Amino acid sequence: TLQRCLPLPTLRGEWQSGLVGSRCPGKVSPTGWISVLHFTVNEDLKQMLESSKDSAKLDAMKRIVGMIAKGKNASELFPAVVKNVASKNIEIKKLVYVYLMRYAEEQQDLALLSISTFQRALKDPNQLIRASALRVLSSIRVPIIVPIMMLAIKEASSDLSPYVRKNAAHAIQKLYSLDPEQKEMLIEVIEKLLRDRSTLVAGSVVMAFEEVCPDRIDLIHKNYRKLCNLLIDVEEWGQVVIIHMLTRYARTQFVSPWKDLFHENNFYESDEEQKEKDQKVKDTYSMDPDHRLLLRNTKPLLQSRNAAVVMAVSQLYWHLAPKSEASVVSKSLVRLLRSNREVQYIVLQNIATMSIQRKDMFEPHLKSFYVRSTDPTMIKTLKLEILTNLANEANISTLLREFQTYVKSQDKQFAAATIQAIGRCATNITEVTDTCLNGLVCLLSNRDEIVVAESVVVIKKLLQTQPAHHGEIIKHMAKLLDNITVPVARASILWLIGEYCERVPKIAPDVLRKTAKSFTDEDDLVKLQILNLGAKLYLTNSKQTKLLTQYVLNLGKYDQSYDIRDRTRFIRQLIVPNEKSGALSKYAKKIFLAQKPAPLLESPFKGRDHFQLGTLSHTLNSQATGYLELSDWPEVAPDPSVRNVEIAESAKEWTGILGKPKKEKPTEKFYSESEEEEDESAGTNSSGRYLESILHLHCLENCIFRTDLCLNKIEKVTKKSRAVYKIRKSEAKVYVTTQVSVPAKTHELLHRMSGKGLAAHYHFSRQPGIFGDHMVSVQVTVTNTTDHKIENIHIKEKKLPPGMRMHEFSPIECLEPAGSITVSVGIDFCDSTQIASFQLCTKDDCFSVSIQPPVGELLLPVTMSEKDFKKEQAFIPRLCLNILSVPNPRLL
Amino acid sequence: MIHSLFLINAAGDIFLEKHWKSVVSRSVCDYFFEAQERASEAENVLPVIPTPHHYLLSVYRHKIFFVAVIQSEVPPLFVIEFLHRVVDTFQDYFGVCSEVMIKDNVVVVYEVLEEMLDNGFPLATESNILKELIKPPTILRTVVNTITGSTNVGDQLPTGQLSVVPWRRTGVKYTNNEAYFDVIEEIDAIIDKSGSTITAEIQGVIDACVKLTGMPDLTLSFMNPRLLDDVSFHPCVRFKRWESERILSFIPPDGNFRLLSYHVSAQNLVAIPVYVKHNISFRDSSSLGRFEITVGPKQTMGKTVEGVIVTSQMPKGVLNMTLTPSQGTHVFDPVTKLLSWDVGKINPQKLPSLKGSMSLQAGTSKPDENPTINLQFKIQQLAISGLKVNRLDMYGEKYKPFKGIKYMTKAGKFQVRT
Repeated sequence: TLQRCLPLPTLRGEWQSGLVGSRCPGKVSPTGWISVLHFTVNEDLKQMLESSKDSAKLDAMKRIVGMIAKGKNASELFPAVVKNVASKNIEIKKLVYVYLMRYAEEQQDLALLSISTFQRALKDPNQLIRASALRVLSSIRVPIIVPIMMLAIKEASSDLSPYVRKNAAHAIQKLYSLDPEQKEMLIEVIEKLLRDRSTLVAGSVVMAFEEVCPDRIDLIHKNYRKLCNLLIDVEEWGQVVIIHMLTRYARTQFVSPWKDLFHENNFYESDEEQKEKDQKVKDTYSMDPDHRLLLRNTKPLLQSRNAAVVMAVSQLYWHLAPKSEASVVSKSLVRLLRSNREVQYIVLQNIATMSIQRKDMFEPHLKSFYVRSTDPTMIKTLKLEILTNLANEANISTLLREFQTYVKSQDKQFAAATIQAIGRCATNITEVTDTCLNGLVCLLSNRDEIVVAESVVVIKKLLQTQPAHHGEIIKHMAKLLDNITVPVARASILWLIGEYCERVPKIAPDVLRKTAKSFTDEDDLVKLQILNLGAKLYLTNSKQTKLLTQYVLNLGKYDQSYDIRDRTRFIRQLIVPNEKSGALSKYAKKIFLAQKPAPLLESPFKGRDHFQLGTLSHTLNSQATGYLELSDWPEVAPDPSVRNVEIAESAKEWTGILGKPKKEKPTEKFYSESEEEEDESAGTNSSGRYLESILHLHCLENCIFRTDLCLNKIEKVTKKSRAVYKIRKSEAKVYVTTQVSVPAKTHELLHRMSGKGLAAHYHFSRQPGIFGDHMVSVQVTVTNTTDHKIENIHIKEKKLPPGMRMHEFSPIECLEPAGSITVSVGIDFCDSTQIASFQLCTKDDCFSVSIQPPVGELLLPVTMSEKDFKKEQAFIPRLCLNILSVPNPRLL
Repeated sequence: MIHSLFLINAAGDIFLEKHWKSVVSRSVCDYFFEAQERASEAENVLPVIPTPHHYLLSVYRHKIFFVAVIQSEVPPLFVIEFLHRVVDTFQDYFGVCSEVMIKDNVVVVYEVLEEMLDNGFPLATESNILKELIKPPTILRTVVNTITGSTNVGDQLPTGQLSVVPWRRTGVKYTNNEAYFDVIEEIDAIIDKSGSTITAEIQGVIDACVKLTGMPDLTLSFMNPRLLDDVSFHPCVRFKRWESERILSFIPPDGNFRLLSYHVSAQNLVAIPVYVKHNISFRDSSSLGRFEITVGPKQTMGKTVEGVIVTSQMPKGVLNMTLTPSQGTHVFDPVTKLLSWDVGKINPQKLPSLKGSMSLQAGTSKPDENPTINLQFKIQQLAISGLKVNRLDMYGEKYKPFKGIKYMTKAGKFQVRT
């Protein structure tokens, strides 16, 4: 604390400067003192920095960083330090970076000396060096270098190393805060980085998006599905940012899944009609698959060890999931209560808000909110808040028993909060109102004044709701007035007596007499209530109290507080009739003794739900800087196809390249149509399919298809035109090529981990199906990675979609350790990409596996002469004709 | 996001500051000191404090306040969780996280903080990666560095940063390959006056110490995985396999880490291994009170209960206590009014007890509440929930590792109301 008061340093400064002999009289400031104090010290640091030995330099840098850490000023060493920015020693270099980031802003001209070093480092072959150069360059807050930074960011955003690209994303925010005018250019970079598929970049670029252009929701469309799918592999901090962003996104793009809760019962409708209506509502709402995708992909993250991730998913479910699904988060939130007190504090606040609307979510966990005497007070009060929110007819008796323990707590602040809670339970659950009231009255004889005062206040509120038969309690409280000193409690008692003075006609004037005596010593709050009491008694019982009231009013007239004087004047005009008083005094009785509505005892968390859960604004219950409002669900969902882009757009790109754009129906329609067709044609000869491919393969001059994209397109066409070809299939003469280049790409069927050492891979051989025309041939390679024999490997329990068939391989008797064997399986996929699931079994175990053909593998290569090809081509309906040319890979 | 970080000790001195964006004057901490004064105890300082231009988010650990300065909206848990991660990292680097340790290693601390955040956004928080970037100080390395002039700072990007297993460093080599797993369960319970359980639940963790060469791929299976009501994983655990087969499959980080934490809910009956008999009474008239507690074993499955410590916060009116324990030692602090009795092992034949009297301040009335008794204990070789590890297998590497599993049950927040 000595450090924090000013005089001492100044004194010491004077002493120091006196010693050095450079004192300017009357100009000693604390900063002057510091630089003078360090004068000698810094001199030897400078020498060390200029020495030729790295060890001396390193030592000096370490001492300087120590100074920075302690908050001491080391800025005058800047010229000496900046010289070492190009040091070969990496630790010296790093420490110089630390120094630069701290002081460059203050010493802009000198900082420029270091820039060229960073520019060189940006081209370094080592990605760590490139990344850290970018980091430091962008952290130097010198406006002159903005163009250099912009260039560096642009370059880094297309770096091969995802780590450098991640740093580029961070640099975007730094540049934006240095120069907001660069916004448009930066958005371009953000757009580019959003397309990045690296999990390393995703979190950082979304962060940059949130900071620079959170309103450009349109940038997200194309990346929405990718972000959802990457989410689980992104590092935890990135997950939090992405989830929060996607929550906002989803609220603008999907319709509310809560519809069924909103409609109100129409009185005149019969039950039948109502049911029909319900049905309609249910029928009309079906969740957008993208909405579902988000919910499905975030759910596993509830199991994260990071509390921030769990909270982020919880708020996402709260704001986006159908009401029936939101409750999956409660268990995970309750788990977080085992964590540190700070985490508990935030989580409990959010649970408090949730529990107001959705008791059912946390009722099963009621006991997890029981208070321990060792909890800090803030945790105790929050738990109490939640317990009160969760109270209902069924659990109230248990809760009240629990509350009784809390009331006796040594932590009096908490005991007072408990009394408030009891009051709230009493008003909300009418069954226990009397019990609670009796309990509170018992507390009036408590020794602790805070407890008594709080009880008085709560009883006052309770009595107001049903004053009819509580004369006794009011009498009892009047007696307490002599002992209670807490102003709020005294004021409450006085108000009660005044309000119900006709129920206690004998006591009321006496109370006024007593308080009139002590008027001058009372708190303002109490004085006001004494005036009130006087006024009310004057109106109901003026015979006994006229003089007393006038005495009190006279005291009030000369009070120090203008509030009191003001109130006195007001009351006097109203109740004491004189020639000046207007029409109002006739109604004085009605004004003062009107029936007052009972106060509503409700949770302080009631209004908080308009803030997004899990945000700083929610915690503070006031809007924080930069808070982004969560929009309401749109009435009608915006066009969902904007997110479809991936396939459509890449296809468009392709057609663009190929120079032959053609009319294409929306992808979705394509699918649904072809599915219909599948039903008809399932099981028919599928040579048409082969034929189709022939044409195109020929068109490509027997080039090898490498790109799935092209195949994908061809396949779509295949489906369309299959019907046509069915008619012509008898005429078609097809010579199946056996010589064909097969991509070496294999797919994993069974990982050795899940197969207890048995591994299996498969690939599509693109060979004519040896098991028949319909069957696609799949080569399965089984490997034994264990150190013992695996016996009797076979296929069991096939689960195939209707129409699909499968020809299994004959069981493998025995597979030696480290041995592997390849077998053929024939599967008729019915021209669809449906999954074939089956079990791969050994003697002891069974493993469920599945094969899904990637788009474009359901092909068979054939050779035919150009003439034949032209002939076949002529039969293809116009609509389905699709001409592409693919460069010969051998020429590439 | 995070603008600056201030470290403040118990005396209220700022002993370290670090800024990731432009410098925020340390005078912003005055708001924090104000809040600290208002809260009677360190524990009651609110974790989120708004000031006119900034927000202060803090965590309190090892008697140090870690105060982060924020300028705009951010999920508060994000910052809090990060600050805790900072403390964990320090602990990992220096063994303990104390003011002295931080001051002694200020340069390493600074370098670590520099790597953990970039522009206020977390960059590298996995300790395996940080340790490759900045090597933790050891005596041997300090000596070597002074002689050879080499440094603590790595010059290659840790491969973990880029790989699909960012938590594991590469090129791990051990002569003895070993993997130890500790299943530790804590019982949280509130027992009422009469000895009946108000609430009890089990929180468990599996802490691992894995020192295996190369890239081992481990699977750990349980005899009774159904017991686990709610789990949270280290990022290395493959979630899909847990969902489908209830098997933990993972490539472990190198060294110590928490593999799993789990919760066995209050719905299952929880065995309470100890009971406390108590007789604490104050009388209105006299200034003396009686105090008597006995601790005994209840459902211990035949295991010994050890490491028993009884603590109790006595009411303010208690001036002193004259007590005799049948075993162990006891201390009563007349300033904080904290009674603590280190019991040790419980011998079922001769139950430990603590008897005596309390002297109360003359003139004050008797306290309305009896003190709560907090209990700590340990039971070795027992997981009270009955959870059992079935087997541990390793794939991907050829050698045979040494494997070990240890079970332990501890008291968590175990309170007896009197």
